[in-house]
Amino acid sequence: MLDNLKDFASWFFVTGDPLIYGADVSIVMTVIAILFVLTFFKKWGWLWREWLTTVDHKRVGIMYIISALLMLFRGGFDALMLRTQLAYPDMKFLSPEHYNQVFTTHGTIMILFMAMPLMFGLFNIAVPLQLGARDVAFPFLNALSFWLFFFGAMLFNMSFVIGGSADAGWLSYPPLSEMTGSPGVGEDFYIWGVQISGIGSLMTGINFIATIVKMRAPGMTWSKMPMFTWSVLASCIAIIIAFPVLTVTLALLFVDRYLGAHFFTMDGGGNSMMYVNLIWMWGHPEVYIVVLPAFGIYSEVVATFSKKRLFGYASMVFAMMAISVVSYYTWLHHFFTMGSGADVNTFFAISTMIIAIPTGVKIFNWLFTMYRGRISFPTPMMWTIAFIPCFVLGGMTGVMLSVAPADFQFHNNYFLIAHFHQVLIGGVAFGYFAGLFYWWPKMFGFKLNETIGKWAFWIWNIGFYVCFMPQYVVGLDGMTRRISTYGWDTGWWGLNFTSTIGGFLMGLGFLFTVWQIAHSIRFMEKDTTGDPWGGRTLEWSIPSPAPIYNFAITPVVTERDEWWEEKQRNAAGKASKKQQPLSPIHMPKNSALPFIQAVCWFTAGFGLVFHWLWLAIPGLLGVAATLLAHSFNYDTDYYIPVDEIQRTEAEARRTV
Amino acid sequence: MTHSANHTNELVHEDGHHDLEELRKFGFWLFLITDCILFSVLFATFVVLREGTAGGPGPKDIIEMPGVIAETFILLTSSFTSGLAVLSLNKGSRQGLIGWLAVTILLGACFIGLEMSELLALISEGHTIRTSAFLSGFFTLVATHGLHVSVGFFWILAIILQLSRHGITPVTTRKVQITSLYWHFLDAVWIFVFSVVYLMGVM
Repeated sequence: MLDNLKDFASWFFVTGDPLIYGADVSIVMTVIAILFVLTFFKKWGWLWREWLTTVDHKRVGIMYIISALLMLFRGGFDALMLRTQLAYPDMKFLSPEHYNQVFTTHGTIMILFMAMPLMFGLFNIAVPLQLGARDVAFPFLNALSFWLFFFGAMLFNMSFVIGGSADAGWLSYPPLSEMTGSPGVGEDFYIWGVQISGIGSLMTGINFIATIVKMRAPGMTWSKMPMFTWSVLASCIAIIIAFPVLTVTLALLFVDRYLGAHFFTMDGGGNSMMYVNLIWMWGHPEVYIVVLPAFGIYSEVVATFSKKRLFGYASMVFAMMAISVVSYYTWLHHFFTMGSGADVNTFFAISTMIIAIPTGVKIFNWLFTMYRGRISFPTPMMWTIAFIPCFVLGGMTGVMLSVAPADFQFHNNYFLIAHFHQVLIGGVAFGYFAGLFYWWPKMFGFKLNETIGKWAFWIWNIGFYVCFMPQYVVGLDGMTRRISTYGWDTGWWGLNFTSTIGGFLMGLGFLFTVWQIAHSIRFMEKDTTGDPWGGRTLEWSIPSPAPIYNFAITPVVTERDEWWEEKQRNAAGKASKKQQPLSPIHMPKNSALPFIQAVCWFTAGFGLVFHWLWLAIPGLLGVAATLLAHSFNYDTDYYIPVDEIQRTEAEARRTV
Repeated sequence: MTHSANHTNELVHEDGHHDLEELRKFGFWLFLITDCILFSVLFATFVVLREGTAGGPGPKDIIEMPGVIAETFILLTSSFTSGLAVLSLNKGSRQGLIGWLAVTILLGACFIGLEMSELLALISEGHTIRTSAFLSGFFTLVATHGLHVSVGFFWILAIILQLSRHGITPVTTRKVQITSLYWHFLDAVWIFVFSVVYLMGVM
């Protein structure tokens, strides 16, 4: 009995690596610390009522952002391990197997469990407020999306200490990811972790399209909608078209692995390139899904801190929508080397070059917005200005990669690695940082420290260039991606070592960001105005943090940049607003079902990873039960009475 | 309950902001787009892998048209009765509505039964999902459609129960309309399954 148990444990838990034991200890300590703090300060009820069961978009947004920052820490730590291994030739820091696991985890986490939730967090924080809405269209579904993401991410992260991590790359290409290539549970953790959170992303896409199409404040026509909201719409359209492809692709891979089907196998008539095509039909739109909202953020930030209307509103909208559509016609550029012939490669090369045009249009729009503006340089603006040259360079190398014949040289080497890190960090991460710092006062009611923020900014930026510029060169020198070590005779040492220094500088930048947040919480600089930046859109017209119902009176929009125009009208003494009477506000009730359903999905996913039907079936039944429970529940909403609204508004130091 | 739901609706109308039930229907249309793409990918996979029989049986060897035609007629009829249910809903007849919904899901259950027996017969003959890429695609596509119909069965059953409890209210009306959309959608998908998998298979 004891021997059986020991056998099981040595297979079930990942063993034999001191790094993993260290992680085990730190995970157990952290869990104990969290449980202790919650119990000691009697916070369990608070956690359950205020957070785990909430359907308020602002709180869901905050939970997304906290999770994303934790994932940024893990993904970043992985990156530093990779860079340490590559710092010197013949390094023995990570074994080749461990190296494979770490780069797989790094990629998956950074895109799916860091960029996506950070983006959804900002959607949740800003979109309903920009629209003048009380919440998203489907608040219950919104909470469910979050919890599916969260438990999907937890499932994926668990593989690190239980069962073993995926090691077939962040997109798990077969045949390597088939049973023949990866007999362990790592790939199944990947499939179910990504699948469960992907379903959540799909629902978020539906939710925000419905919100934007149907819940704009009276008077907010399409041409008066804030640019960030436009970018969210473009991104969500891409989500609802791309994510079902991911769902099917992962499901088919699982059917291959679990039931022995032959979709992507080398035998039985299967076709592994089918998988590569399908996953990139999702994967390419996915990179635009994450970058479009960043473009929206830059547009808001650049207009706010130039004190000017955004230049070329219509062309910006057109460019975003064009990107959202053309992004479906470029997927094959990820594998020109497949050998699909000159005609097919030409089509995808041209479509890839075409998609650079709307992006270029946007760059000029931002530059012209700054031209003759009264520019100020707080941190969100710094990140935006740093983004422009960085993204132009990253975009240009992208156009180089799009030249199909040349791509046969660039394919899968460090030139490509440098390119996509430059657009994903310089485009996406910089944008989300800008957005995070921009909307931070609206989320929490206090500003972040600017001095430490600027230190963090410079360290991040210098670290970025030191890390990735050498990679372009070492890639052209022939260093391919995903190799765990190299010899002295290659001549790659100097560039790799420089790159590692840059990586650690970015790690230092992350620590500065953490210090900035901690310092700002300690010496809180309260935002009493609700409009700390001199904003232009409706989210700045209400107190910080926004009250639960957002707007006591639904705003009526007459202009683009309504709040800015309102301030101009007030200053000119032309305020024509008749004070509307308050009326009770209709709000959705909190619900435990999203959390419970996500736990059931997690249970089912965990069971399917280990092929334990005794666990998977109850999990899936739990999912069905929670769906039915929700359908049969007719008591889902309530009204906030007028006197409570008056009290809340008075507390926020605004008379009603 | 009825009262509170009506009240909600009026208030939202006064608000001039949005109509909750209309919003939910719009959301469901968006979901249908995603489901449409899900099936498109399965169809694409099936078509690409159709020739990959790996020496095993091809479409002509395994398809029994009479059973498939029966399934098709049953599902088409259920789509018609689902339409009759909505007509009863519009007339405000709760009994007619519940009756036609019951007929609809019973026909759906017959469809599932026939399809299960077709697939199980194939498996008992040794033609399983493991045999070849063609059969992997075939089983996955047909079973995904079947799974959708099964979900629809339980979903509409749940709504029948809610109708008997709450009657016809704005909330239950929206629920019936949404499931009806879903059911017609599955019918349309089946037309493609019938054409692409079965008809083109035996031709």
